[in-house]
Amino acid sequence: MSFKTKRVLAATASAAVATLFLAGCAPADNGVAAGCEAYADYQGFEGTEVEVYTTIIAPEADLFVESFAEFEECTGITVNWNGTQEFEAQIAVRVEGGTAPDLAIFPQPGLLARFKDSLVAAPAKVSESVDANYSPDWKNYGTVDGTFFAAPLGANVKSFVWYNPKVFADNNYTIPTTWQELLDLSEQIATEGKIQPWCAGFGSGEATGWVGTDWMEDIMLRTASAETYDKWTTHGIPFNDPAVATAIGEAGKILKNPKYVGDVASIATTTFQDGGAGIVDGSCAMHRQASFIGGILAADYGATIVEPSDTSMDNGISVFYFPGTSADNKPALGGGEFVAAFADRGEVAALQHYLTTPLWNNAKAKLGGWFSANKGLDEANVADPVNKVAVQILKNATTFRFDGSDVMPAAVGAGTFWKEMTAWVAEDKSDKAVLDAIEASWPKN
Amino acid sequence: MINTAFSAARKTPWEVIFPNLILLIVALAAFAAVIYLVFLLASRVNVRVQEWLKYAVFLAPAVLFLLIGLVYPTLRTLVMSFMNADSTEFVGFDNYVWSFTIPEILIVLRNTFVWVLFVPILSTFIGLAIAYLTDRMKRPGVVKSLIFLPMAISFVGAGVIWKFVYNFQPNLDKPDIGLFSAISKAFGVNPPNWLLEAPGNTLLLILVMIWIQTGFAMVVLSAAMKNVPDEVVEAAMLDGAGNWQRFVRVTVPMIRSTIIVVLTTTAIGTLKVFDIVRTMTGGNFETNVIANEMYSQSFRQMNYGQGSALAVILLVCVLPIIAYNIRQLRRERAER
Repeated sequence: MSFKTKRVLAATASAAVATLFLAGCAPADNGVAAGCEAYADYQGFEGTEVEVYTTIIAPEADLFVESFAEFEECTGITVNWNGTQEFEAQIAVRVEGGTAPDLAIFPQPGLLARFKDSLVAAPAKVSESVDANYSPDWKNYGTVDGTFFAAPLGANVKSFVWYNPKVFADNNYTIPTTWQELLDLSEQIATEGKIQPWCAGFGSGEATGWVGTDWMEDIMLRTASAETYDKWTTHGIPFNDPAVATAIGEAGKILKNPKYVGDVASIATTTFQDGGAGIVDGSCAMHRQASFIGGILAADYGATIVEPSDTSMDNGISVFYFPGTSADNKPALGGGEFVAAFADRGEVAALQHYLTTPLWNNAKAKLGGWFSANKGLDEANVADPVNKVAVQILKNATTFRFDGSDVMPAAVGAGTFWKEMTAWVAEDKSDKAVLDAIEASWPKN
Repeated sequence: MINTAFSAARKTPWEVIFPNLILLIVALAAFAAVIYLVFLLASRVNVRVQEWLKYAVFLAPAVLFLLIGLVYPTLRTLVMSFMNADSTEFVGFDNYVWSFTIPEILIVLRNTFVWVLFVPILSTFIGLAIAYLTDRMKRPGVVKSLIFLPMAISFVGAGVIWKFVYNFQPNLDKPDIGLFSAISKAFGVNPPNWLLEAPGNTLLLILVMIWIQTGFAMVVLSAAMKNVPDEVVEAAMLDGAGNWQRFVRVTVPMIRSTIIVVLTTTAIGTLKVFDIVRTMTGGNFETNVIANEMYSQSFRQMNYGQGSALAVILLVCVLPIIAYNIRQLRRERAER
């Protein structure tokens, strides 16, 4: 509520400024005030308001609000940011109660499909802009039953291997570019015996095992095609399909190899936070984890996040891309938010359009801690070294897929998949027994 | 630029609180009026109706709350246990068949049985022993406080504390913070990964519950022992009964009913155990128990049918203990 109030005050002020601006300066030929040329597409909606309903709350929300300032000044449209952690439960209530927000930022595409009857199909301008600025995979995630509804917003990437650049430089390890090179490097490090090649931790309280599902998904996306990956997450192929068996087999080459990870069973009792700590104190060389672990390692384990080229710091950590089966097979696993409209009004479409433009994406990225899959996003505007790598990964990605366990039914994605991956390392359960057990748990209907 | 949305957004806390406060006062006034009306009516009817009304007025709120809070949810859970995951279709006994055939759930049932066997008996026994030993101590306060202290710690808190005690460090170069590991290393034994290895890990979790419950057993039993009349004990002494005999033949039989209450209360608490397992192992490594699996099925995996079936199984397990407890209380009352 507090930032909304702030926003309102700021909006009133900026609207007032805009009014003065428009009144005082002679408008340019196209009717746009000086300095606002880039906003020519969004004119004609002065004094209107757009409500944005979202899971993004303070402090991240403040940066979003800040990023709209120019848009608001130049168009006279007021953006009312309404963030709540109850979004996922409340959006249904609001839609059914007839008070749907103008724009909703869906944190995951699965939720989008439930509202396909209430949503407004994205206007041609939005659709064209998304075609121009995003890969088709991203557009697909915003499409339900052939109708494109939701434009991509922010992104996150999971296909990272974290490492210590100094350790790599001191030992002359080269960054692997294929899965085989990654295995070879692991073997090389293990043979040298100076340092353990990998660290892993599946422990996460009641959610123990999710780290294992991320490993599986990332590898599945590499050893199988994107189509097979989609069939796997939607049960188009059974969970114990040979394609899945291949993926878990490849994962096992690292995770179930005591030469690479030390005591395999204790992966299950090591928390995912502690799992990453090894690369900070130099007890292991590599750790596969999503971008967020950087913040944890920096805050709690004394790490400093550095550019991959910076090999000067003992506690410096950075990331490289979790490689594909060949150098030109570059899928990316991650997530992102999607903006869909419930209201068919010009100002709503204008904002939805604006959010897909390189103009806004660069402005937002400059404010820090954020990036998107927008092709027009200039890496120079992304300050954080890890986010910079993430932007490169997204740009080079041959395919992009969401975290599969989020797409699967909860009984699997938040149930047996976690549990069985845990048993896989903890009890040395066989690949087949793990896959069979998950397949048996897939809901019947 | 004046807009209703703006003024709505600018509300001060008082503007929000004030209408609610008014509403509260109105509600309280309405409640008082209803009560007054009830008493007014009651005073005007004849004695017989008055008698009946008396019961109704005093029982109605309790019955109402029981219906809403207990009976209705129980029936609903029962119905849901015969339905599919999202409660749209009846599936007969499928969920129960699932409960008693899937190997993972059989482990859950086995573990719950082990918990119910060990926790009440051991914590009552240890509590009884400590109560007897401290009974004639000059200053039992310190000892008893220390043993009772874990009662004040939440199950989750206890779980976190004991997780440190059982901590296992696979990397030999790194410092080990686990107490158990340190002890076993002191004896030259390589520590196992305590919480990982079944079935020992379930016993280690049970130890946490015993640690908590012993204090409760001790305090209640100690109070009961204070009520054993000195004359009886002295009579036994005169008859030549030794310390052990006095304890077994006199003290224990005289506090028998209290022991049963402690045993049954602990047993019910143990059947419901959830927090310890969830915080320490998350139900992995073959340590799962019914309450945790029920929660996980219902609220994590959205299998309301299977979750409800487990809830019903839990209820069926608790019922005989409660029935026994009530019968015991009745019999005791009759004796007095």
